[in-house]
Amino acid sequence: MPLIKLTNLHKSYGNHEVLKGISLDIAAGEVIALIGKSGSGKSTLLRCVNGLESFQKGSIDVGGQPALTNAAGLRILRQKVGMIFQQFNLFPHMTAGRNVMLAPMVVKQMSAGQAEEIARKMLDRVGLGTRFDSYPGQMSGGQQQRVAIARALAMEPLALLCDEITSALDPELVSEVLAVMRDLAGQGMTLVMVTHEMRFARDVCHRLVFMHQGQIHEIGSPEHIFAAPQTPELRQFLGVEAA
Amino acid sequence: MMNFSTWDIIHNLLLAARWTVALSLAAFFGGGMMGALILFLRVVPNRIAGLVARFYIEVFQGTPLLMQLFLAFFAPALFGMNVPAWVAAFAALTLWTAAFLAEIWRGCVEAIPKGQWEAASSLALPYIAQLRYIVLPQALRIAVAPTVGFLVQVVKGTALTSIIGFVELSKAGTIITNATFEPFTVYGCVALMYFALCWPISQSSRWLERRLNAAHQAH
Repeated sequence: MPLIKLTNLHKSYGNHEVLKGISLDIAAGEVIALIGKSGSGKSTLLRCVNGLESFQKGSIDVGGQPALTNAAGLRILRQKVGMIFQQFNLFPHMTAGRNVMLAPMVVKQMSAGQAEEIARKMLDRVGLGTRFDSYPGQMSGGQQQRVAIARALAMEPLALLCDEITSALDPELVSEVLAVMRDLAGQGMTLVMVTHEMRFARDVCHRLVFMHQGQIHEIGSPEHIFAAPQTPELRQFLGVEAA
Repeated sequence: MMNFSTWDIIHNLLLAARWTVALSLAAFFGGGMMGALILFLRVVPNRIAGLVARFYIEVFQGTPLLMQLFLAFFAPALFGMNVPAWVAAFAALTLWTAAFLAEIWRGCVEAIPKGQWEAASSLALPYIAQLRYIVLPQALRIAVAPTVGFLVQVVKGTALTSIIGFVELSKAGTIITNATFEPFTVYGCVALMYFALCWPISQSSRWLERRLNAAHQAH
């Protein structure tokens, strides 16, 4: 049984159809990269899976349960799939530790002591055990993004959705975030990431999904996608000369 | 004819100024509490609540405070209730202040980046928790300076209550002028007293703005 099952997902903004029937099964422990030009719908697809965007048709099942789109249903969905954003979106008025502790305390009603224990463990896991009391503004972009990862992990999600999480970072900070993602992948975390880091996609991901004009245009293993792209759109996207 | 020394004038004006201060503070705090309620209706994702709040704000921002004072004073009389001037003054100023503060605060809430709401949602926080833990604490910090600045408007707004017979600083000025026939001296003193009240407030608003902005950047 797939961990996440998307069936015939349709989404439009007014007359503009952004997702034109997406179906995708994601197994537990799988690492998937969504690639494609901007405007191809990959970010929208990711945001649908977290309930940040609504959709008009189709269904999303996580862990065998269909996701409901009312407020309570969305909260259940979001406890199963965490999300990490391009702009980190840390809460600037809270320390790193508090950022991580908040959701376990409010949503899971943990005591402050329990939540702190988890927060320290998660910050350790992303290599920021010593920055518990730092405010986001006192940290580099790469560190902030790692706190955001720890914050999502603290809710013990079944899968993490990553929306271009290295795109806002200075080049020298990208690798520290990718190293954390690599560790997570190694530990068997299910990851779905929109990314432009092709090397990372090639080295770490199990499957690549190439999106084009709101549809899954090509899908396959990294070897397959990079070595033998089938369609002219993918070849063009990868910058491979058409044979 | 009686003679009034300058001290008599100032002394009586100062006594009346206490009522200006009292009315300002009462309206500011009453309006603040009511403004918070209107703000909540305005930002909560519910169409009807939003419409009610917008209607309220539009009505009180779109009519002169003077008319609101007249209505608060004279309308109850239509139903056989005689409202004392201070009650009408307090009620009208509170309702008026609430409308403006709600609108100022809405701007502060909307200044919080959408990503903050999204991050909070993605962590499965319920809407009220998103407001309480994420949005309001950040909005509050932006709101302090303009809120204190608006207090100046409230203080000056109290002058209008003299029209319905509430004896505060302006009304006292009129009464004293009628007795002394020295309008320039009296109203000059009145103006100075308003300035003495308002200037420190607007200065502290500016100071708070600088301080809180600096603190925000340090984060």
